[in-house]
Amino acid sequence: MSYCPNTPEQIREMLAVIGKTAVDELFEPIPRGLRAKSFNLPAGVSEQELLVQLQEMAACNRHLINFIGGGYYDHHIPAVVDHLTGRAEFYTAYTPYQPECSQGTLQALFEYQTAICRLTGMEVSNASLYDGGTALAEAAMMALRITGRNRIVIDASVNPFARQIVTTYMKNLAVELVEIPTSSGSADRSALTEALTDDVAAVMVQNPNFFGSIEDLTAIAHAAHAKGALLVTSVYPISLGLIKSPGEMGADIVVGDGQSLGNPLAFGGPSFGFIATTKKYIRNLPGRIIGETIDREGRRGFVLTLQAREQHIKRHKATSNICSNQSLCALRGLIFLAAVGREGLVELAQLNRDKAEYAKDRLGSIKGVRVLNRGATFNEFTLELPRDAAEVVHTLLDKGLAAGMPLGEYYAGMANCMVVTVTERRSRGEIDALADALEAAL
Amino acid sequence: MNLIFEKSVPGRRGLKLPVADVPRAAALPENLVRTEPAQLPEVSELDLVRHFTGLSRRNFSVDGNFYPLGSCTMKYNAKVTENAAALFADVHPMTPLLPEGETSAQGALCLILGLSRLLAEITGMDEVSCQPLAGAHGEMTGIMLIAAYHRAKRNKKKYVIVPDSSHGTNPASAAMVGYEIITIPSAPYGDMDLDAFRAAMNGEVAAVMLTCPNTLGLFNPHIREICDIAHEHDALMYYDGANLNAILGKVRPGDVGFDVIHVNLHKTFGTPHGGGGPGSGPVGVKRELIPFLPGPRIIKHADGRCGLEKGTSESIGRVANFYGNFGVMARAYAYIILLGREGLIEVSEQAVLNANYMLARLREHFDLPFDRTCMHECVFSASRQLKHGVHAIDIAKYLIDRGYHPPTVYFPLNVKEAIMIEPTETESKETMDAFIEAMIEAANLAEKEPERLHEAPRTMPVGRLDETKAAREQNVCFG
Repeated sequence: MSYCPNTPEQIREMLAVIGKTAVDELFEPIPRGLRAKSFNLPAGVSEQELLVQLQEMAACNRHLINFIGGGYYDHHIPAVVDHLTGRAEFYTAYTPYQPECSQGTLQALFEYQTAICRLTGMEVSNASLYDGGTALAEAAMMALRITGRNRIVIDASVNPFARQIVTTYMKNLAVELVEIPTSSGSADRSALTEALTDDVAAVMVQNPNFFGSIEDLTAIAHAAHAKGALLVTSVYPISLGLIKSPGEMGADIVVGDGQSLGNPLAFGGPSFGFIATTKKYIRNLPGRIIGETIDREGRRGFVLTLQAREQHIKRHKATSNICSNQSLCALRGLIFLAAVGREGLVELAQLNRDKAEYAKDRLGSIKGVRVLNRGATFNEFTLELPRDAAEVVHTLLDKGLAAGMPLGEYYAGMANCMVVTVTERRSRGEIDALADALEAAL
Repeated sequence: MNLIFEKSVPGRRGLKLPVADVPRAAALPENLVRTEPAQLPEVSELDLVRHFTGLSRRNFSVDGNFYPLGSCTMKYNAKVTENAAALFADVHPMTPLLPEGETSAQGALCLILGLSRLLAEITGMDEVSCQPLAGAHGEMTGIMLIAAYHRAKRNKKKYVIVPDSSHGTNPASAAMVGYEIITIPSAPYGDMDLDAFRAAMNGEVAAVMLTCPNTLGLFNPHIREICDIAHEHDALMYYDGANLNAILGKVRPGDVGFDVIHVNLHKTFGTPHGGGGPGSGPVGVKRELIPFLPGPRIIKHADGRCGLEKGTSESIGRVANFYGNFGVMARAYAYIILLGREGLIEVSEQAVLNANYMLARLREHFDLPFDRTCMHECVFSASRQLKHGVHAIDIAKYLIDRGYHPPTVYFPLNVKEAIMIEPTETESKETMDAFIEAMIEAANLAEKEPERLHEAPRTMPVGRLDETKAAREQNVCFG
């Protein structure tokens, strides 16, 4: 296939205008010695052949009934999300550098920022980051900038992958990352308070945490603020239909992954990361921010604003290196939230919790199985099995069930534990089948 | 146009949710409960469809308009690649992390491995990681790899060198990894000043970051010499792949002496730009840097199955949630398979031909700061028009009224009143001729009726917007 439209005749005409006789001559500025030594690629194919190849590849993925989550959730995506974001005017535009011909993207992202603020209970949001994990790392860097301190305290019940990203980002900076060990599925409050010294920039927690437990973070926020540290909270946006917002709990920076808001699982991406904070920290936010303004005739319009924070202006002094973010995925998030709506998000969150509570009761009453979470959970919970969870999950995988995420590899001493996720897409029948299969496997 | 929040009607519902087939759960403890629902819009599905259809009409896009935004490679995005990506939408990224779970995600894992190998061959590198989520993220990952390399060798390094024509992301990415920046000026012929580079080079330089062709669209013929000088000081060469579209099949950065590279799948490999992302920024390295690549790495087991490897103890660690922007990778993979070897060579040839045609036809009308054969893009200056009080931005706004997305303006920073045009290979001569006529008309108006340019655009839903007001008031959230 080729998407180059010019005919041989047109190419000759163009070369004549340039004053060359062959396209090769245009590459003469490249010394011969620098030319490619190899370019060993397959020959091109037609559309039809391509699709056959890719269908064969895709057929090597196996359909599973997912009881796994860990930051990526199997939620229903309203049809309208695909249809509207698929509009080529959104799809094939780029960063809205020229606002007059980009009001569609700009207004949509302004609405996205508003939706994120309302969801999280914060005052300002940027126009998206890459994903939840990198958003957490950006939040850490933001806290370091704001406080001028160099120590970050992070709860081990934050998603292990997100913590690994934070570790990667901090490795080359003179920053100390202190990890607070978890005690059976919850933040160890006393260890956290003990680690809160006067040089801590931020305390980073997740709610609900990786084990599924929901906590009231108000006391942790107070404790952090008393030491001049910020509270960074990572949240699961769907849960905010039911759970008190991080803003209400006193968080200073809120981040999360937007996959659950209308983005497909797609083997881990693209989704988007969100970051929201209070007005006083707006200049420390990374990434694009859309602001409202007017034109010469007083008509409302939207522009990229506070660009003096960004790399294309500030270069090495920018708040972040981010340039392209995840606009289209953020647009999916906005359309998802608007399609579900004010009451709908409450109902959706309730439905997730209802299903998960049913599953927790069913699975938790199997002989030898114990629910680890001491307090309330949302749509994930942690089970302790009488034997190695990885082995059990392996057995159930053969039956087409992704029964849960075994924790042994991520938490010392938790080899018998697994996190189970139940979204609104799981039916009572599927939950019952999981319970039966689990009972049989133990 | 009103905001979706302004169109909200209390009590109106959109999506219907399924009825619960399980009992209602007990209420959450009071201290955890949200008392007031988030004030999300209350709209019907049709309200939603009209609203976003209306917004979409307020955008220029590649599918609707010629979009010669320099440095961004706004080529046409083949529709079939969308069908290709949709085939993989339901695979949970945790699947291969489950015990023996790799078997259930062979299609997705093998696609990533396949793409990595294609990209390695295209760039002349030994191994590629697709984990970085965008170009700048790839740059940061690449500089982290370089930092890890120097740490392992116990090299004491402090600086990263960039030319003044570089993308802003280059110095910003290096700074994120803790390096200080040395900026080298451009020489009068447009390339990085070789003498200034030699003088700046020292044992504490960790890396030199270059875009080649650079942001002026010029290929630096001294690239190997630069690589040699850097390597003498054990500094590594970083290739910013933003402009890879110019050299597909012609030059491979790995052959020339670059050690680390990132490519922008959303530029060179034809994936949609989405109004500012998602992109994807795979990183390629030479053999000695492989141990430092981010984990988990996608590998091929001895039995031929694809799988995951955690990464060595020397790995820089994880830079993204999972394996990268897989949906973008699937589109890029489809694009490469579709075009194949000859198709990709045609891409760079036609991209360079189109840019040189643009240059040849506009050179009489606009100042050309560097008069050389360009590669995939050409950079003019509106300094001649400035004598009549017309800036590059005025020409850009006029082009909007003519139905064109403007070229990149005011970048690169080392050209006064820069206008950077990248037509890409997918545009026809007719489209370019019509655009050229509009540019010539702008140049004529600059002399005769400059106010017409100052007043532009007049045909859009809004005219020029007050950016100072936006920055001062910081109204970034409605209500």
